Amino acid sequence: MTTSSTHSSNSSSTSSLSTSAAVIVDRLSMVFNAGRPNQVDALTDIELSIQAGDFLSLIGPSGCGKSTLLRLIANLIEPTAGNVLVNGKSAKQARLDQDYGMAFQQSGLFDWRTVRKNIELPLELKGWNKAKRQQRAEEMLDLVQLSDFGAHMPWQLSGGMQQRVAIARALASHPPLLLMDEPCGALHETTREHMQAELLRICAAAQTTVVFVTHSIPEAVYLSNRVVVMSPRPGRITDIIDVHLGDERDEDTREDSRFYGKITEVREALRRVEGPGPDEVLPENATPPGPRGIEDR
Amino acid sequence: MITRGLRRAALFVVALLCVAALWELYKAFGPEEGGEIFGWRLIPRASDRAMPHTWEMWQRLFDPEVRGRDTPIWRAILGYSWYTFRMALVGLLLGGIFGVALAVVMSRFKVIERGLLPYVIASQTIPLIALAPQVAAFGGNWDLPKWMWVSSLGAFLAFFPIAVATLRGLSSAPAASLELMDSYAASWWSTLVKLKFPAAIPSMVPGLKLAATASVIGVIVSEISTGVRGVGFASLTYGQKATSDPAQVYTAVFGAASLGLVMFGFIVGIEAIAMRNRPREVA
Repeated sequence: MTTSSTHSSNSSSTSSLSTSAAVIVDRLSMVFNAGRPNQVDALTDIELSIQAGDFLSLIGPSGCGKSTLLRLIANLIEPTAGNVLVNGKSAKQARLDQDYGMAFQQSGLFDWRTVRKNIELPLELKGWNKAKRQQRAEEMLDLVQLSDFGAHMPWQLSGGMQQRVAIARALASHPPLLLMDEPCGALHETTREHMQAELLRICAAAQTTVVFVTHSIPEAVYLSNRVVVMSPRPGRITDIIDVHLGDERDEDTREDSRFYGKITEVREALRRVEGPGPDEVLPENATPPGPRGIEDR
Repeated sequence: MITRGLRRAALFVVALLCVAALWELYKAFGPEEGGEIFGWRLIPRASDRAMPHTWEMWQRLFDPEVRGRDTPIWRAILGYSWYTFRMALVGLLLGGIFGVALAVVMSRFKVIERGLLPYVIASQTIPLIALAPQVAAFGGNWDLPKWMWVSSLGAFLAFFPIAVATLRGLSSAPAASLELMDSYAASWWSTLVKLKFPAAIPSMVPGLKLAATASVIGVIVSEISTGVRGVGFASLTYGQKATSDPAQVYTAVFGAASLGLVMFGFIVGIEAIAMRNRPREVA
């Protein structure tokens, strides 16, 4: 890896000032269908502080509210109670100022726009002029190593390439914060590992804070400085595990004993979250009781 | 590409010949004065007056419209059809603009959609043939040429399929894309122009195809009752001479049919332009 950035291990040195918190989540609660029979307590009393430059993963079984938390930080939905501050502003103001970029599980590229034009979309909406947009799109294509594909249509690209374009689009307007909801979730295992390495390189180069939703333990451990473990019904944070595998992560990191140690740590935290319930009867030859919706691979 | 076009053209000719053969077959064996089934006159007459020979129709194309003139009737029909085509095109354009605008307003305000949709549907059951002279007479108050009123009746039929297809198309943008535009704090207008409208185009194409034929029908029917001299009016006047010249009316029918085909081809061309760069649908 040729990352020259200082993005991970120095978070302690830059975080001495409380103003450097990129995201502050304060006693946040989210209730869907309040007062009706199908009421869902998606999140209850979430407290979280994310330092600038941090790479933080949210992991937990299905229904723990990790995607809801991401959407609340993005101000795509309004919380029932509590507060989110992004760069010291309200989440809504941060959205209006486009202080963050976002990438989803589906790349969500527009079929009718070329790859280059897709990357330019947020810049168009921000009112950048054409020359500036084109220049930035070229830089981003270079960053995600797709310079030869600017004129292609998105559907002519492989899933992994489409996801890289979506990340380029999310980072195009230099947002200080990147929110990602399982961006590797729809990819094959080998593509996914390659994509994770790319993601580390890209995020280091862009020097952005990242909040990353995933249901894969190795992915969370490989990518993050911190892994936030969440439990369902109601959605809460149960553990925050420091990882810090260092800046020089590569394919060998995946064979490293420290990597396995952290995986075990996260897995055990998840087991405590949702062990086999008393009413859950497991069939023979069933996979060992682990939390639902979590990938161990 | 070219061989496919040739095959299609060949198929078209074969189909046409098959229809002609069926026509002649019935004419050869069908009862001259028709027939009854359980007291209902259901079996058509095969007489020369009711069913002229196909080759007579073909030959009629090269005879003059009225005895004593030089120009063959196909030239006259071509002129009428071209006039009708232009009126139908204007109708399609007006109907398209109105239909899309209506769909945008309805998708923006659900209250308007609920309030207006019944009227939009009711508008399509109004007997156009009765309405046409009223509209033309009504138009006498303004200083507009009569053909514009005929076009507007084409538009009246064309706007409906376009409005319905566009309304459906505007809601077809995926939730994730809408969320993305939300995350950019994009305005309603930007979301419409950059996302919802482009996403609606694949649904709009079938509506446009229906609208194109609807516009032709609207114009032809309105010509008959307003006396604007297009191919619809020609088929009416030729039909009145069916006793003495039964093949003549079919020349106008050929004209109207080719007009519909040309219009459809025009829309297919638009589709090819609008849908280039889109993923091919897996049939």
